[in-house]
Amino acid sequence: MILLQVVVGGLLLGALYALFSSGLTLIWGMMNFINFAHGEFVMLGMYAALLAAAWIGGGPVVFGLTAALGLFFLGVVVYFALIREVMRGPMLAQILSTFGLALLLRYAAFWVFSPNFVTLPHPALAGTISLAGILLSIPQLVAGLAAAVLTIGMHLALTRTAVGSQLLAVAEDRNAAMLMGIRPDRMQALAWGLAAASAGIAGALMAISFPFSPAVGETFALTAFVVVTLGGFGSVPGAMLAGLIVGLIQALSAYWFGPIYKDVVVYGLFVALLWLRPQGLLGTA
Amino acid sequence: MTRWGWLPLAAALLAYPWAVAGSDSAAFLQDMGALVLLAAISAAAWNILGGYAGQISVGHAMFFGAGAYMPLLVYQHWQMPPLLGVPLGIAVSLVVALVVGFPTFRLSGHYFSMATIAVAELVRIVVGNWDFLGAAIGLQGPARARGWYDLIFRSAVPYYYIFLGVLALLLLVAWQVQRSRLGYYLRAVRAGERAARSLGVPVRRYKLYALMLSAGFTSLAGALYALKTGFVDPDSGLGILVSVQMIIIAALGGAGTLLGPLLGAMILVPLQTATNTWLGGSGSGLTYIVYGGVIMLIARFEPGGLLELWHRQVTARLARPGEVRHAA
Repeated sequence: MILLQVVVGGLLLGALYALFSSGLTLIWGMMNFINFAHGEFVMLGMYAALLAAAWIGGGPVVFGLTAALGLFFLGVVVYFALIREVMRGPMLAQILSTFGLALLLRYAAFWVFSPNFVTLPHPALAGTISLAGILLSIPQLVAGLAAAVLTIGMHLALTRTAVGSQLLAVAEDRNAAMLMGIRPDRMQALAWGLAAASAGIAGALMAISFPFSPAVGETFALTAFVVVTLGGFGSVPGAMLAGLIVGLIQALSAYWFGPIYKDVVVYGLFVALLWLRPQGLLGTA
Repeated sequence: MTRWGWLPLAAALLAYPWAVAGSDSAAFLQDMGALVLLAAISAAAWNILGGYAGQISVGHAMFFGAGAYMPLLVYQHWQMPPLLGVPLGIAVSLVVALVVGFPTFRLSGHYFSMATIAVAELVRIVVGNWDFLGAAIGLQGPARARGWYDLIFRSAVPYYYIFLGVLALLLLVAWQVQRSRLGYYLRAVRAGERAARSLGVPVRRYKLYALMLSAGFTSLAGALYALKTGFVDPDSGLGILVSVQMIIIAALGGAGTLLGPLLGAMILVPLQTATNTWLGGSGSGLTYIVYGGVIMLIARFEPGGLLELWHRQVTARLARPGEVRHAA
């Protein structure tokens, strides 16, 4: 029974990993570009929730919306101010740009918010419920389910709407998309906004059940890399599946070997993956 | 650089500890000189892979850490002179380089960066929980010299000249690399991997050569660090900021140039020392905010670094003297 509880907890956390990793994989798919500041976007989503709780109040919906709007805006600004130019430059510039951004955001957050761990002041959700004998914390259940819904929603928005098709068209063939009257610049800015927003919402949802500090971004960035690699670069459904798998592996390894090993096992899996199946589970490259 | 242009630089570096010896803060300045050289060694080692070959490793701390841990490990457990651990650290680094490089070099540049971060982080967590390696507390060297072979000096000057010797050796190697087939191949890889492969460059093999050369020297830098400070823990030896410092120093001076890393170290290390001195403990956080900003600005406006900016100014002036005179 405890094992089942661990499994469900891992899957709920995995749904959150899937949500923020789908943003990273979207940008990779469109631009062959890895955002090293993606984990910092998640971290900022957490602090956006903290500020929303302090200034606006309300529940997870308010926190999530604040984080989504704030990070969407940040993502678009980062695209126009930094990424658009850097994309044309050498590989060194591409990697350094978001890496520098990550450092800047992380240490600015240390400075502004102090390095201490914090929790949201008024837990809008609390308590546990028992489902078929499994004891679940309500905040985690809500966050996990909301993340799953949002990730599926993002996939549907990409595949079933006109704007989504335009986004994917730019990802597929930039020049052909331009000939069809699509402006790649706008679509790429939109992708950066969406990716940052997905990271922000995931951060806000995690903030309602876990304590956090400015240092958490690095771990989330690495987790997202593992998820994206496992799921195959550029594949949102792949990221969904891989997010759940990584959440499950973390939960089980923490349960079986102790909490410090949860990241060791996941990063070890990443290295093994590099050797055995670098194109990911669903990838074809 | 002209043929003998490096001579004044070498003379200045040789004379530096002697020149500042009369100052009130001679010990401080000599120590900072040694730190500049050490940072230049790490950055120049990173530069072989990141600069010439364009493979941006964000995990070079694992090689630095291997170099820093092994000398102190052989002392801690077997009371052997730390010096004996230096080749051991280099050997460990080369093995790690093979394990990481072999699979990742099949894929594109971003992928290599992600993989190096993940592996370095994995190594840091494992070492931080491994009692044999000192876990979170770290390892210490001998408190006092048992003989010359412990390489413990009260003054920073002997370290300064040891570091200078190693830096000279490394720059000589890098210079030879630049002029050799290896260097041309690596630059071809950086300019376009697919194009290089289509012209018959054995891309993966040469990237691996560059990685191993780079890892070996980075490990040597780590060993020198451990010999000088006599102490290493997971953060100072293996933390991500160790890798960050190599990257920013090389990129600031000019990634892929011979003297860029030295120039970057000469600017950044005194700057960092100054912010830490003026701002105290709170300064270190501010230092990294500035680091992040500088990295972004270089990437956005001047990916070639300061040396390229300077070269461009000079060539512009030489190529179009008339225009410059008009402007002036």
